[in-house]
Amino acid sequence: MAKLITWILLIIGITVVSLNPTYASGHPIADAAELLKSKKFTDKYRAIELLEAEGSEQAEKILIALQESRLYYLKRDKKLIILAPDAEPLTATNALTHEDIGPIKKSAAKKISLNNRMRSQIRNVLAMMDLRNPLADKRLAAVNQMLDNPSAESATLIQTLLIDEQVPEIREAMEIVIALGKLTSGDKNERLTAVAVLDGNIHPAVRNGLRKLQQQTTDKAFAADIKQVLDNIQAKLQLYSLVENIFFGLSLGSVLVLAAIGLAITFGVMGVINMAHGELIMIGAYTTYVMQLLLPNDIGLSLLLSIPAAFVISGLVGIAIERGVIRFLYGRSLETLLATFGISLILQQTVRTIFSPLNRSVETPTWMSGSWEINSALSLTLNRLYIIAFCLLVFGVLYLVLKKSVLGLQVRAVSQNRAMARAMGVRSEWVDAMTFGLGSGIAGIAGVALSQLTNVGPNLGQAYIIDSFMVVVFGGVGNLWGTLVSGMGLGIANKFLEPWSGAVLAKILVLVFIILFIQKRPRGLFPQKGRAAEG
Amino acid sequence: MRIINLIKHDRGGQLFLSVLALATVLIPLLNLLLPEGHPLHISTYTVTLLGKYLAFALLAIAVDLAWGYLGILSLGHGAFFALGGYAMGMYLMRQIGDRGVYGDPLLPDFMVFLNWDALPWFWYGFDMFWFAILMVMVAPGLLAFVFGWLAFRSRVTGVYLSIMTQALTYALMLAFFRNEMGFGGNNGLTDFKELLGFNLQADSTRIGLFIVTALMLALGYIICRAIVTSRLGRVAVAVRDAEDRTRFIGYRVEHVKLAIFTFSAVLAGIAGALYVPQVGIINPGEFSPLNSIEMVIWVAVGGRGTLYGAAVGALMVNYGKTYLTGALPEVWLFALGALFVLVTILLPKGVIGLMKRKEAQS
Repeated sequence: MAKLITWILLIIGITVVSLNPTYASGHPIADAAELLKSKKFTDKYRAIELLEAEGSEQAEKILIALQESRLYYLKRDKKLIILAPDAEPLTATNALTHEDIGPIKKSAAKKISLNNRMRSQIRNVLAMMDLRNPLADKRLAAVNQMLDNPSAESATLIQTLLIDEQVPEIREAMEIVIALGKLTSGDKNERLTAVAVLDGNIHPAVRNGLRKLQQQTTDKAFAADIKQVLDNIQAKLQLYSLVENIFFGLSLGSVLVLAAIGLAITFGVMGVINMAHGELIMIGAYTTYVMQLLLPNDIGLSLLLSIPAAFVISGLVGIAIERGVIRFLYGRSLETLLATFGISLILQQTVRTIFSPLNRSVETPTWMSGSWEINSALSLTLNRLYIIAFCLLVFGVLYLVLKKSVLGLQVRAVSQNRAMARAMGVRSEWVDAMTFGLGSGIAGIAGVALSQLTNVGPNLGQAYIIDSFMVVVFGGVGNLWGTLVSGMGLGIANKFLEPWSGAVLAKILVLVFIILFIQKRPRGLFPQKGRAAEG
Repeated sequence: MRIINLIKHDRGGQLFLSVLALATVLIPLLNLLLPEGHPLHISTYTVTLLGKYLAFALLAIAVDLAWGYLGILSLGHGAFFALGGYAMGMYLMRQIGDRGVYGDPLLPDFMVFLNWDALPWFWYGFDMFWFAILMVMVAPGLLAFVFGWLAFRSRVTGVYLSIMTQALTYALMLAFFRNEMGFGGNNGLTDFKELLGFNLQADSTRIGLFIVTALMLALGYIICRAIVTSRLGRVAVAVRDAEDRTRFIGYRVEHVKLAIFTFSAVLAGIAGALYVPQVGIINPGEFSPLNSIEMVIWVAVGGRGTLYGAAVGALMVNYGKTYLTGALPEVWLFALGALFVLVTILLPKGVIGLMKRKEAQS
């Protein structure tokens, strides 16, 4: 019922707005309408030609209605009408005046019958109309449709249109259509030039056309030419899929590096096993969520503000953990592991109590969604691109802090020789707290990044803790570069295994590989050398 | 005679075994003889629950053998426990026969559901009880042996080893979640009907399982005690306290570690096999790293390096878990987390250590 009212309102609206054009006899549309009612198909072919020549929107509407078998004429006054699609009861509009006729009985109208020749004629006419459409989108869609079914006629047709076409994208597609059309022509020279034009073009229609031709042709040299071109295209596609795989691998690797790099400081530099590291990531992700609740109108700003906020909050929680628990357990790493695991349980349950156990989704700002389409075979999603850049930025800043700042110097001093550093006046306890805070803050920042990729939930941290440890251990404890290389490497390895084995099995294989690798090289890819390694 | 020798100087063990023996006799009697509604009657549900705790206690002893006496903090004992459980579960699955939902005489329900037409090779033999029991011990034992052989030979120690064992159980969890593995995927193995012809739902079977579990716990304790008092056990303690020095004296440290680690895994597998028929299900969740780490806290709470302390810890923590998850579900993880922190900082020797200290003071 509601649907009917909508329709009636819509139709009334259209009637009021439109200018009710009337076509006198002698106007092409009126003539075509008369011819359509004829019983002879030759008249109908003529009618379609008339409508094509007229080319107005109204003519197009009539053609579409005819194609969809919605074009009728009323038995009582021979008026041509268009039935509304799927309306119950049937409603109709006058095909010429666009006037609303309202509900009608099916028996009161007679359908304009059509045959297959008319159907294909209409299809071509409609395509032509689209090709001449002033909107570039419509034109492109029409040309692309021709790509799927190339023929010599469409090629000659496009050839005439190409001269006036301004949009480069459409010109490119048109040239492909022309070349594909030429492939089907008999002249050998024309075919050869067409093949040369198509060389290296990765549009799927090009491959289909060439393959078809390859099977049909009897000329061996020509077939070899085509094969060469096809191979070139295949190689190009493989290159793109390789690039795409590496990109996906790098983005997964960036996530791993972001998650692990805080751990590389607390575990790698300080030697503290922090099983609550994952929960510090989770806190960062929830900080992003809360920031979005505070600034619901400006998602982009809230995301940018989340980065320092998450750093501070996770960092403070980290310092609290260090001062409250870990400092009593220095030198007893197995006990540290257990105690921090307990802390991770408490943090998880706290979050569950405050925010409910359900997953929360964090919105992505518009400048981060979408993708960067390089060509039809390769498009890179923007959020992953940002994650990679962000990961490298965080890594760079952290590296500078450790190598160039006073805190970094003290951190390295304490981790290499605590007693000597104290003797030189370094407040080792303060350095411990600051180092732990730094690592935890970085975990919080990782949480901000992760909130853009997955849902934010209390189990977010658990999902990453084992991976993070694997990355740090694999890269070599106490080595930031090792963490970067191993994270990226594992990400890429994962993505290359995935198509072959499936996501879960790929993950298992990577884990087993690391377990075996550590047996061979217990100190990881890039072991620390010298005195620092002995402690 | 030897057994008496073993526990002659082990006062805690004597007490533990006596209480266990008393419970093994008394609990079935209280269940069978007293009518329902009597204040001292113990319901079959409680008996099964206690049986489950005893299986956990056996598991805790296995963890303590590796952690308390060898210094290997394994965060992957849940994997051995679950493998033993799966071996038993496969036997119970085969016993269902054509009484499953789909009524296939050979294939378990989940395989019919996945449209498999033949039994995978690794399911052969599990229709025989002796073979299943053998696998309960061989599967975890072999995994521990291979893993340990690789790890100990290349001297992976301390936290590295702990994290590796955790990764191991995590990888196995992911693997067992896959339907293609042929172990029932996400749902695991369940809907068991009978064990050696005894109906698993029957009260008498449940009491029988309780008694068997208690006996296995006592046996496991005595064997572990025999190991730790033997020469091997002494060397193990030496390895725990000063690995390099033991190596320099001329002991093959990796052999000692491998032997005890593998035995500990076998014991964990047996615990799993006792656990599965009592709870009626085994699924990949048992492999989760959280489970394995919970086992460690049982041992830490009880006091490591005493064996009976581990068993006591397992009983205490699990009773607390059952009580809290029933009464105050939100509090359980807080309590467990706090337990981890407090025990490691304040009670490094666990409850048993606290009691010993009190005793020494008075």
